[in-house]
Amino acid sequence: MKQDALTPRPALGKPTIVPSPEGHSGPGFMTVSLEKAVGLARKNSIWPLPFATSCCGIEFMATMGANYDLARFGMERLSFSPRQSDLLMVMGTIAKKMAPILRDVYTQMAEPKWVLSVGACASSGGIFDTYSVLQGIDRVIPVDVYVPGCPPRPEQIIDGILKIQELVGQEGMRRRYSKEYEELLRKYKID
Amino acid sequence: MSTPMRPDHWQHDLVKAGEHKELNVLNLGPTHPATHGIFQNVLTMDGEYIQSAEQTIGYIHRAFEKLAERRPFYQITTLTDRLNYCSSPINNMGWHMTVEKLLGIQTPERVDYLRIIAMELARIADHIICNAVIGVDTGALTGFTYIFQDRELIYDIYEEICGARLTTNMGRIGGFERDFSEAAWRKIRHFLEHFPKKLKEFESLLVRNRIFMDRTIGCGAFPLDRALAYGFTGPNLRACGLDHDVRVMDPYCSYEKFDFTIPIGTGGDTYDRFMVRQREMWESLSIIRQAVEKCDRLADRTTYKADVPEWVLPPKEEVYNEMEALIYHFKIVMGESEVPAGEVYHCVEGGNGELGFYLVSDGGRTPFRLHFRRPCFIYYQAFPEMVKGIMLSDAILTMSSMNVIAGELDA
Amino acid sequence: MPAFTIQAERDQLVVDRLRAAFPDGVVADEQFHDMRCITVRKEVLHPALRLLRDELDFNFLTTLCGMHHPAGAGAEERLGLVVHLNSFRHRHRIRLKAYTAMKDPVFPTFTDLWPTTNWMEREAWDFFGIGFTGHPDLKRILNMEDFPAFPLRKDYPLEDPTREDKDNSMFGR
Repeated sequence: MKQDALTPRPALGKPTIVPSPEGHSGPGFMTVSLEKAVGLARKNSIWPLPFATSCCGIEFMATMGANYDLARFGMERLSFSPRQSDLLMVMGTIAKKMAPILRDVYTQMAEPKWVLSVGACASSGGIFDTYSVLQGIDRVIPVDVYVPGCPPRPEQIIDGILKIQELVGQEGMRRRYSKEYEELLRKYKID
Repeated sequence: MSTPMRPDHWQHDLVKAGEHKELNVLNLGPTHPATHGIFQNVLTMDGEYIQSAEQTIGYIHRAFEKLAERRPFYQITTLTDRLNYCSSPINNMGWHMTVEKLLGIQTPERVDYLRIIAMELARIADHIICNAVIGVDTGALTGFTYIFQDRELIYDIYEEICGARLTTNMGRIGGFERDFSEAAWRKIRHFLEHFPKKLKEFESLLVRNRIFMDRTIGCGAFPLDRALAYGFTGPNLRACGLDHDVRVMDPYCSYEKFDFTIPIGTGGDTYDRFMVRQREMWESLSIIRQAVEKCDRLADRTTYKADVPEWVLPPKEEVYNEMEALIYHFKIVMGESEVPAGEVYHCVEGGNGELGFYLVSDGGRTPFRLHFRRPCFIYYQAFPEMVKGIMLSDAILTMSSMNVIAGELDA
Repeated sequence: MPAFTIQAERDQLVVDRLRAAFPDGVVADEQFHDMRCITVRKEVLHPALRLLRDELDFNFLTTLCGMHHPAGAGAEERLGLVVHLNSFRHRHRIRLKAYTAMKDPVFPTFTDLWPTTNWMEREAWDFFGIGFTGHPDLKRILNMEDFPAFPLRKDYPLEDPTREDKDNSMFGR
């Protein structure tokens, strides 16, 4: 069917709206636990910091492109400054020379922050079991979600993002102040 | 063809010794958002103008050359994928041809054409990234979003050929692991039909765009003699005005049977580099078209590998039923096929220039030494000289137009 | 079989010129597949490259890389330097090699002939510990400044020493 540029195209589907959390609502008001409301807001407006070093970075570019369109998940804005970002996406090989820089970037991010490790290299060193490659970024910073693949397909990266969103949505307000979290950071010598 | 539009104030007068000016130091990288990849440049700045740059590389050094000394020949193909990951098939084919040279394997005509189709698709994919990113760095994100949709078409073809998108591990020593499927041919033909329109559209967004031209013409210009002294190859050398192309100078893979031109620039600036890559995409399209035609005309429609049973895996049903096939299967999988001692150098025209493999074999199951001639590593060292006296924003543009790929740079 | 065009005449010319200029400088002269490989003595490498560049039109240095031969088969442990040259005008490629003993692995720098060897020499230093006198800034390039070894020498282990998850009994090592 040939279409005139001016005639509006039929909508492909209804836009999806994030369902509101469970709570009591009536005319003009809604009560819901603060944790859930904050979780909902946080998870749908994550600002990711792409830390792309190699091959996986190219797949990330494809994920950001029009075909896979990461912006659908509330990620329109990439934050290239660590100070304003919530999610550190580590994509690609991290060499030992790079490891201190990665740690710096992580410590510069403000709480709460999450880390997504994309690809075999970032997760475990991958095929590069060599003297110069860090064998997994979890040796220097804590990681929330690992995405396997060398490189992972854009669908897998999106899946990893959705897993992160799940984590973000469910996170308790007090987790970052808990003993366990402090213990975790101490283990990585981050204070 | 470009002429310097603003010759008088393009190049900033550098501070002379004894002048009282305060210089400041800017640390650009290794994770600066404007640099595409991880390179560190410590710049000495006079206001917005760069006085000198000091580079640090090696932030994703993965020890390819050491790894290759411990890997059987087939496992090295996966390493070459990750050299210039924007155009993996070229690297794969280059490596296979190097080994073929060592072993003395003659590939059938059809294999050459299939390889050329794969390699030229990869060249287009590589140049798309570079040119789209030049656009992004001048502030034009639209071209990027448009052309990346069509880059996915190339990935689709790769998937039909070898099953992977980016790190392809495509082909085998002596040919391919399997013939191109019906769907692959269909997708290639669709690409040939569909892509020119999109490329034209992309071109019309940038090529005669006033802002783009003002930003890129004269930016990061490099004279030819310096480029040669610095070992430039590929589009960056051609932009300086020399029609050097490995495909023509030392033809491999039957490139001598193809009719194509080598686009060159005149000034060696960012616009020329952009335009050379742009023209090369058209040439690549024409080469693919010719290769498809040649394949159609061949009487032989099924050959996809040379007759080298020690190097190409036999079909599974033969492995289960025939003794000989089982032995070959075992030898190949264990990496025990015999290799003569000797040394070879072979090079292909990669996305960024002459990608060379210097292979020394002592007859063992792994190479004794394998050195990659990585074009990025060689030409990136000219960067300080290229950006001396130009503005920071132009230096970023110069870097992205050189198409420095971190994986290839650091090996 | 992919191959460069073999130019036997020019190959011979190069060998003859080198032999004439450096009477006992040329150690070996072999043909490997499609490329002539000339091994020269260590001291001769720099003047030989200059001669090839200035008089025989080898305008382009393709690569320069190091090599390590451990002791064995009657030979002493030695380091090598391999240079590939290309003459655009004659479409002629050639390989030059020189070896040096382990105790004094130093060559004169080639950056005065081709600036492009700057990083290649740094790489050879980084990987093999081959030094270059007169190099403008000879320091490690790919590894960290304080890296304790020359990793591409054959006696240096490839794998990351900090891994604890590899059970040797499972891998048969």
